[in-house]
Amino acid sequence: MTLSFLIYKIILVVVVFAVTLVVAMYSTYAERKVAAFLQDRIGPNRAGPFGILQPLADGIKMFMKEEVIPGASNKALFIIGPSLVLLTACMTGVVIPWGSPLIIDGTVYPLQITDVNIGILYLFGVISLGVYGIMIGGWASNNKYSLLGAIRASSQMISYEVAMGLSIIALVMTTGTLSLSQIAEQQHGWHWNVLVQPLGFFIFIICAFAETNRAPFDLPECETELVGGYHTEYSSMKLGFFLFAEYINMFISSAVIATFYFGGYNMPFIERFVQDPNWLAILGVVFLFMKIVFFIFVFMWVRWTLPRFRYDQLMNLGWKILIPLSLLNIVITGAVMMREEIFQLLFK
Amino acid sequence: MQLTNRSKVVVKKEMTLAERLYIPAIFSGMIITFKHLFRKKVTIQYPEQTREVSKIWRGQHVLKRDEIGAERCTACGLCAVACPAEAITMIAAERKPGEEHLYREEKYAATYEINMLRCIFCGDCEEACPKEAIFLTDRKVESLYTRAELVYGKDILVEAIEKDKRVDVTVRETPEVAEFKAHKEFGHNTVFENKKN
Ligand code: SF4
Ligand code: SF4
Repeated sequence: MTLSFLIYKIILVVVVFAVTLVVAMYSTYAERKVAAFLQDRIGPNRAGPFGILQPLADGIKMFMKEEVIPGASNKALFIIGPSLVLLTACMTGVVIPWGSPLIIDGTVYPLQITDVNIGILYLFGVISLGVYGIMIGGWASNNKYSLLGAIRASSQMISYEVAMGLSIIALVMTTGTLSLSQIAEQQHGWHWNVLVQPLGFFIFIICAFAETNRAPFDLPECETELVGGYHTEYSSMKLGFFLFAEYINMFISSAVIATFYFGGYNMPFIERFVQDPNWLAILGVVFLFMKIVFFIFVFMWVRWTLPRFRYDQLMNLGWKILIPLSLLNIVITGAVMMREEIFQLLFK
Repeated sequence: MQLTNRSKVVVKKEMTLAERLYIPAIFSGMIITFKHLFRKKVTIQYPEQTREVSKIWRGQHVLKRDEIGAERCTACGLCAVACPAEAITMIAAERKPGEEHLYREEKYAATYEINMLRCIFCGDCEEACPKEAIFLTDRKVESLYTRAELVYGKDILVEAIEKDKRVDVTVRETPEVAEFKAHKEFGHNTVFENKKN
């Protein structure tokens, strides 16, 4: 490992971190704009042209708000909760391949912070850590609504993680790898995984909605019954962390969906026009971000269309529909992959 | 017993498989919201744009002066009685000799306050006034920071003495209105009283 390599990695980490934060910041703005447009309104338009300074104004507002730590709460845990949520949200970005490698002077610079060969497992591990933040925050608030919200969040996340994991197993069966960079590479041209795994993609995106706690699965923060759920007692930037983490998660989920099922940084027929690998890499980043923006829009679009599920419906959908469906998906995938052997077994 | 023919018999039917999957319903809902993305926006950007209002829109009140600039109000208190929101209070005083150019009648309102937070802009005060002294105008009551500021006194309500700064209420002070006011039986409160008895 050379010094230049180390510096390159550090730069990459900082860039990815900054981009994640900026995208999450502007997702809050986009969310309000999309919501407004879907409801025939205009949305924020006073801070700067078209209101593009709105996220900054929101951030300043959040920082200026009075910090309230409830007297009966556990102070240390109360602070750890939101920090953990934000930390885990930011940690997921490291395994995502943002583009094909850059080659400068014969040295290869991969546009991925670290290519763990079990990237998918890492991703899942970190995502499931996120629920601890919510759980700790809800528990430390010493408030029944927060606790109920936290319990809902954890049971929901655990239930949907099962279906999500199972839908990924089918994907891993067809791709034969757990490394995200290889998955992205295999989907060169038109070989997008969504064409191979449409059902798997469908289950995955539903579970992604549930994992990010967004409508129609936003039961943990259900305003109508739980006065805000696990963040009822939070104020100022600690509340901001919780809300911000949701947007980071949304960004990462969109990136993961794009990488798993929609070809990552690949775009069909692009090689006909551009041959230089470095330009291809840069264009790949652009394509990936286009896909991410599209999926973030889908997240918002769904949120402002669908009402919230009831808790029993949520559990029904998770355990009785999605898990059997994903098991079926695995069986079908396996049968299709082994079709030759099965034919031989049956007809010989 | 059937009271109206609008009642509907509700049956709780089992949902079909397609309905239980929610998917078709979700997609049709998403298409509907997507269409709304391109609809005309209904927002009125307030300080720059204002909603069009009727010519006789009922806004902030004015206490009129007569031709020579004397206040028309005689502090009879009929507006305060008519006011359903109890927004009007006044203290009457007697006109001194030499004040004829200030007050038209022998008795006048030394203070006259309308609490704009209570007022519902119904216009009953205008209707009750026998002296054509109070009118609602198409001016908007501004938003202020304290409650006290919104109790408007004579300094705000009485129009300026200069002829060119007078508030124009000709749209509200028409012969038809005078005719209407002459018939006390049409008055809002009269109708209300008659209904009660
Ligand atoms: S407009 Fe109606 S509510 Fe307002 S002061 Fe006159 S009578 Fe009272
Ligand atoms: S405004 Fe009219 S009704 Fe009210 S006290 Fe004056 S004269 Fe009487």
